[in-house]
Amino acid sequence: MGRYVIRRLLQMIPVFIGATLLIFLMVNVMGDPIAGLCGDRQCDPATAAQLRREFGLDKSVAQQYATYMGNVFTGDFGTAFNGQEVTELMATAFPVTIRLTIVAILFEIVIGITLGVVTGLRRGRPVDSGVLLVTLVVISVPTFVTGLLLQLLLGVEWGWIKPSVSSDATFSELIVPGLVLASVSLAYVTRLTRTSIAENRRADYVRTAVAKGLPRRRVITRHLLRNSLIPVVTFIGTDIGALMGGAIVTERIFNIHGVGFQLYQGILRQNTQTVVGFVTVLVLVFLVANLLVDLLYAVLDPRIRYA
Amino acid sequence: MRGATHARWAACAVAVVLAATACGDNGGGDEGGGGSGDGSGTLSASWTDPQNPLEPANTNEVQGGKVLDMIFRGLKRYNPKTGAAEDMLAEKIDTSDSQNFTITIKDGWKFSNGEAVTAQSFVDAWNYGASLKNNQKNAYFFGYIEGYDKTHPEDGGKQTADTLSGLKVVDDKTFTVKLNQKFSTFPDTLGYSAFVPLPKAFFDDRAGWLKKPVGNGPYSVESYTKGSQMALKKWDGYTGDDKAQNGGVTLKVYTDNNTAYTDLMAGNLDLVDDVPASQLRNVQSDLGDRYINTPAGIIQTLGFPFYDKAWDRDGMEKVRQGLSRAINREQITDTIFQKTRTPATDWTSPVLGAEGGFKEGLCGDACEYNAAEAKKLISEGGGIPGGKFTISYNADTGSHKEWVDAVCNSINNALGDDKACAGNPVGTFADFRNQVSQQKLSGPFRAGWQMDYPLIQNFLQPLYYTNASSNDGKWSNADFDKLVDQANQETDTGKAVELFQQAEEVVRDNMAAIPLWYQNGSAGYSERLSNVALNPFSVPVYDEIKVS
Repeated sequence: MGRYVIRRLLQMIPVFIGATLLIFLMVNVMGDPIAGLCGDRQCDPATAAQLRREFGLDKSVAQQYATYMGNVFTGDFGTAFNGQEVTELMATAFPVTIRLTIVAILFEIVIGITLGVVTGLRRGRPVDSGVLLVTLVVISVPTFVTGLLLQLLLGVEWGWIKPSVSSDATFSELIVPGLVLASVSLAYVTRLTRTSIAENRRADYVRTAVAKGLPRRRVITRHLLRNSLIPVVTFIGTDIGALMGGAIVTERIFNIHGVGFQLYQGILRQNTQTVVGFVTVLVLVFLVANLLVDLLYAVLDPRIRYA
Repeated sequence: MRGATHARWAACAVAVVLAATACGDNGGGDEGGGGSGDGSGTLSASWTDPQNPLEPANTNEVQGGKVLDMIFRGLKRYNPKTGAAEDMLAEKIDTSDSQNFTITIKDGWKFSNGEAVTAQSFVDAWNYGASLKNNQKNAYFFGYIEGYDKTHPEDGGKQTADTLSGLKVVDDKTFTVKLNQKFSTFPDTLGYSAFVPLPKAFFDDRAGWLKKPVGNGPYSVESYTKGSQMALKKWDGYTGDDKAQNGGVTLKVYTDNNTAYTDLMAGNLDLVDDVPASQLRNVQSDLGDRYINTPAGIIQTLGFPFYDKAWDRDGMEKVRQGLSRAINREQITDTIFQKTRTPATDWTSPVLGAEGGFKEGLCGDACEYNAAEAKKLISEGGGIPGGKFTISYNADTGSHKEWVDAVCNSINNALGDDKACAGNPVGTFADFRNQVSQQKLSGPFRAGWQMDYPLIQNFLQPLYYTNASSNDGKWSNADFDKLVDQANQETDTGKAVELFQQAEEVVRDNMAAIPLWYQNGSAGYSERLSNVALNPFSVPVYDEIKVS
């Protein structure tokens, strides 16, 4: 187990370097960012040259990348054009997005799995068809439509919530945005759980458990659900990374100042340091989440062993 | 019925969600604030994260400018209604030759940290702004002051001085300014935020100051969370006569102006100073008379690549005039901009007023839509180079695509050739500016100009003077340069304006740029507010807003 984890961690190094290099090159392709700093007029050449020197933009891309990676390993992610350290931006943005992701994941787990179990156990009944229809609708409607619709209905028409999230972004404020962010994945989780449960319901071990006279609740939670969760856990695990990076739309609609906001602004202002820094951390989150998922398999299914 | 149990759980979860959000709603009723007409109520307003550090000489866009306008007062201030430069901290500004100025400041002014505003506060601030090593993006404003070439060498070489030799402190209240050329309207430029004084606290601890800026204006910064919000409070110790009429302003950062508008609709925000284009259709029914749409000092034009021989040969002025006449400005401003733009008839802006140099109709026939004339002029001038051209613009902000396509349609229809004009979108603003400033474009391009100070000089010299800082198309005309030089030396303001207008006529006769429209500033506000107005820079006049 320990050796397996170490091997996986070592594998992350090339993935990490490759991903940052790609992002670095992509942002660089967009050209010189300094010209965008002076509005509709030309930056005076002396100041522009000085700024280029300061941000290291006068060096070759290879040199820039080497310096950047060197700094990253000492914990210095550089400075954004507005004079803020990127680490400072991360310190304000990541907690917000992590809270939003937690809310979204909780929705996926609680509502998604519950609905999945209910429909899986009552296949073909009206409940099943009803939920199936709803998930179909949720999957086919884009997030920004659901987001704007909920914002307008709950925020403006009925006045149940504030249409935008304050700068504190507390858990209670993030419930509706979290639901919007989770909606599509939630529908997938429901369907995955449903199929898995329906399939395993006829498995031998379930029949054995029922024959042993175990209470129905115990059969479902300990035997059926545990074995049916593997595909669902894989999905939710990879979804963590996707939710954190893909929250741009939701964060824009509800004015949440998280990772999506910083990335969007970074790209618009061609701020290499911000974009590369944030994406690097997201890549790390993705890798770690994947590792955790693989380790969780062993917990869920005793037949899986990591030597 | 196990299934039913599960279903009940789900129902409970939903109930919890709704209950919790309802709690969130109640818990959040904050900025509203109390106060009923006694000037203690506070308001919340939309904001965008400023692009540069909030230093006066480093802030060149409206969002940072908003804050500076609240926490700073300079020697002069532009009247929010008329745009005229009026004395603020300046007791008097004397000159006998339009080149040497003696500036006396008023007694009793203080920064909100208790420090007195002295002549030194100004001189230090200006020296800081002009020094190359401080990377100040507005440094060029100090370019008229003697010694600028030493503190800010144009070629990026090593600076040989840290202070401007043209600035001398005489005593606590007096300092002198020597310019490197005659510039009669120099005092009127001093209302720009780059010229405000800075307290010692700034130079002692710049990082600390940037976290919580300290100025000498009607508001003081109470708290500042970078990237999300800034709370400004009325400063009771303020000595000026334009004391804040409200208790304070909370600026909230919005990523998307649509969300800000929705928040205004829901009563969660009091003031939105950028109504999204997509809402312009229903803004009248949503807000009624709580929507304002007033001229701002912004003009949009089409620039030409004069560095390209094809666009600079003799006779091309007729082609440019023809193109100008082929654009149906009226129709485009009505349908695409819902009247938030006004068709331009000169190269300045209505906010200058007739006295300041705005002359309605100076463009004359050349800005009137007339398809037949347009076609005739273009063929007389030898036709469009290569038979077709593109209009370049940045596609990331400002919904430029819509109007560029409309302008091209208008031209194509007038010429009866649907291949004559096409849009050329450039992905990002920075890339667009790069292509423009490095003279990579071979056709006309979008050119916008937001004035720095309400003077006709600011609409002409930086844009059309030979090799001027924003003369992107590299247009050059000896007559124009001569008239501008004369105007700058003229001590009588009325005569100077007249000379500038003559220079503008040279721009017209050569059609150095096609004027398209004057841009308006727009804002919407909640029922709690009254006396809301935008100044000529399209920034709300926060200190005059009354909260009930």
